[in-house]
Amino acid sequence: MATHQPDYFVPQPSKWPLVGAFALFFIGLGASLAVNAVSAGWGALAVGVAILIYMLFGWFGDVIRESEGGVYSKRVDISFRWGMGWFIFSEVMFFAAFFGTLFYVRTISVPELGNMEHKLLWPDFRAMWPNSVAPNGTEPYQVMGAFGLPAWNTLILLTSGVTLTWAHWGLMKNNRSQLKLGLLVTVLLGALFLGLQMYEYAHAWGDLGLTLSSGVYGATFYMMTGFHGMHVFIGALMLAVMYARSLKGHFTAEHHFAFEAAAWYWHFVDVVWLILFVFVYWL
Amino acid sequence: MTTATHDHDHAHDDHHDHHPTGLARWVTATNHKDIGTLYMWFAFIMFISGGVLALCIRLELFSPGLQFFRPELFNQFTTLHGLIMVFGAIMPAFTGLANWQIPLMIGAPDMAFARMNNWSFWLLPPAALLLMISFVVPGGAAAAGWTLYAPLSTQMGMGMDLTIFAIHIMGISSIMGAINIVTTILNMRAPGMTMMKMPMFVWTSLITAYLLIAVMPVLAGAVTMVLTDRHFGTNFFNAAGGGDPVLYQHIFWFFGHPEVYIMALPAFGIVSQVIPTFARKPLFGYHSMVYATSSIAILSFMVWAHHMYSVGMPVTAQLFFMYATTLIAVPTGVKVFNWIATMWKGEMSFETPMLFAIGFVCLFTLGGLSGVVLSIAAVDIQLHDTYYVVAHFHYVLVAGALFSLFAAVYYWLPKWTGYMYDEKMGKFHFWWSMIWFNVTFFPMHFLGLAGMPRRIPDYATQFTEFNTIASIGAAMFGFGQLILLYNVIRTIRGGVGPAPQKPWEGAHTLEWEVPSPAPFHTWETPPPVALVDKLSAEQKLH
Ligand code: HEM
Ligand SMILES: [Cu+2]
Repeated sequence: MATHQPDYFVPQPSKWPLVGAFALFFIGLGASLAVNAVSAGWGALAVGVAILIYMLFGWFGDVIRESEGGVYSKRVDISFRWGMGWFIFSEVMFFAAFFGTLFYVRTISVPELGNMEHKLLWPDFRAMWPNSVAPNGTEPYQVMGAFGLPAWNTLILLTSGVTLTWAHWGLMKNNRSQLKLGLLVTVLLGALFLGLQMYEYAHAWGDLGLTLSSGVYGATFYMMTGFHGMHVFIGALMLAVMYARSLKGHFTAEHHFAFEAAAWYWHFVDVVWLILFVFVYWL
Repeated sequence: MTTATHDHDHAHDDHHDHHPTGLARWVTATNHKDIGTLYMWFAFIMFISGGVLALCIRLELFSPGLQFFRPELFNQFTTLHGLIMVFGAIMPAFTGLANWQIPLMIGAPDMAFARMNNWSFWLLPPAALLLMISFVVPGGAAAAGWTLYAPLSTQMGMGMDLTIFAIHIMGISSIMGAINIVTTILNMRAPGMTMMKMPMFVWTSLITAYLLIAVMPVLAGAVTMVLTDRHFGTNFFNAAGGGDPVLYQHIFWFFGHPEVYIMALPAFGIVSQVIPTFARKPLFGYHSMVYATSSIAILSFMVWAHHMYSVGMPVTAQLFFMYATTLIAVPTGVKVFNWIATMWKGEMSFETPMLFAIGFVCLFTLGGLSGVVLSIAAVDIQLHDTYYVVAHFHYVLVAGALFSLFAAVYYWLPKWTGYMYDEKMGKFHFWWSMIWFNVTFFPMHFLGLAGMPRRIPDYATQFTEFNTIASIGAAMFGFGQLILLYNVIRTIRGGVGPAPQKPWEGAHTLEWEVPSPAPFHTWETPPPVALVDKLSAEQKLH
């Protein structure tokens, strides 16, 4: 009986969810105050983020201990797979809201603003995409080209998808050094991507005069690439944790869903970038 | 043989499973029943809070002229009433029911992600707290209506930011809750319980959860853009910057229409459990119910702009959304037909859950029919943003979602508490609610047809009589809910006596195969296949 693996797993009572509730309360309150220039908001925000980090360490720590302790059966593993899959679907829908916005402004609102009726309001506005001036004509700006840095970034992310798959093959063949090297290279490629993205932002903001208020072009540009970048950051963080765990000898060829979940997430972020590259930068 | 464990070091002594008591039991809960109970009580408290706001609204509208509240404050009341009822009362109540019932009904020991389940719940009180705080910050709470339309929402004070973050937190909570429900249903059914043998409530919870995962992130995107428009200089919803305020409405209603089904589908599920039990006949057309529910879910993504007929869309778009919307009446009609056919020649008895279920069928159908009226673009141009709309959505939300919740509470209370509730008082609660609900909301149809706009604190004197009647009805309806509270508390304390394992002999689902009250842990060993098969046969499911 001692080795009998149960089919289900119901964890003991845990304090982490409550800790997380406090974290999000302080983050919500702090952010609301901070955006209204109440300086106490920053303090509350920092407290919230600190509690959240504490929770993430504690909670995932428990999960990792349970996983390494072998209490997760095949069925629990399937639950994790469904859970991660549906989580990624929710992320897809989050980006869908922004892509919907992009297509809407490109095909409906910008052309509309250039039509005859609106000539009365904004006689100088010419409807085109990407446009280099907003109807109200404040601060002209230049748009971001596709085939400089962004193209390199595309190449980097695609390569990172390959190196990650290579790491996975290593894990499945029990070739630990291939696993570690593959993960390390993937994380570094992710970091390189983020570095270049930051450099691109600096260039856009400083040299091109492209800001968040540069018409709806600037808004969609920063919003979409920004949220994508945030997801790259989270994905790279997950993979970094996987790297640390692989150094500690975690994962077996059969049992490594944490690794796969991070990989799914990484590929999802890759695909979002490809669509971004086509519709935000290129066409 | 499959078994469950609660932790590695506890794997073999489930009976000594020592869980904390007192407050710690609730804040650290991983038990689906405890978490379900938390959800239900939270929802009830929010229902009372939202109800108090509704009564403030009705108080102001009792007679023409400004009596009690500044118009700004009045707008905050309608906004928070809507937000609290939708996100605080109805949605958490359905999630709580799903938590309590789904594992019992599919023969699973608990929800798939028990710890995350607790987080889903405990995110709600902080979000509610942020909404409360918004009343006391400079500028007051959000006053743009629960839809938070730009450019109103891009202009208001700090209360709007608190609302935005509260929505984010509630959204995270809903998405996690929904992922949990979907995973539990897909992966943790007892052996022998195929998808097409699941009780209807499980089916509707599954599809509702899918809708939640699909649209809550879209709402998050919408309010995030409102936030950046407010504070970071973007121009998503500002025409002068190349954006468009109408864009906000498109994104909001892409979320918003599926959202109304998120509040309706679980109600359909509850009624589909209750009516067969008290008609002592299997549900008529189980398969068509499943398909109707699925097609409603799919169609619900294609009808959003019926909320926007009056913003100036091209006529082709208006026609498309009008036809797509009227199409939804077909699967909904299938459902109503099936409920009636289930009752046809049934051996009916009228305990409180059945009364609320029948009340639901009658009044939800009325609300659905006024919805068909509103789906006609030419008519809606006239009726948009009038009290006709308020009447319509309260027929589907109060007499629909809320009545189904009442039915569910009375139906499953014996299983939850182990005691029977006072049937007489329950019936009184039903008739009281039924009568005063109609007194409150039926006259609103006339007000709307006569042209009284919604979201106003004052009105022309020809609207006085109906408003006065509605206000009296609202007060009576509201106070009547204390009957429910009293009956529930009394039942918890012993009610009118202990409940048998299966108080309703017409019920054929798995939750009635465990003792009353349901023990802390149930189905640690899944129900035998023979039992699952027997129950399915009794429900005529193949
Ligand atoms: C005691 C029962 C209730 C009464 C008397 C009541 C009354 C009202 C009134 C008077 C309004 C304002 C209409 C306006 O000025 O536009 C309103 C709005 C609304 N109610 Fe209720 N209500 C009740 C229950 C509910 C419930 C259970 C829900 C469930 C979701 C709900 C959802 C809404 C929504 C979404 C709005 C629109 C808010 C807005 O205009 O932004 N109500 N209600
Ligand atoms: Cu709708």
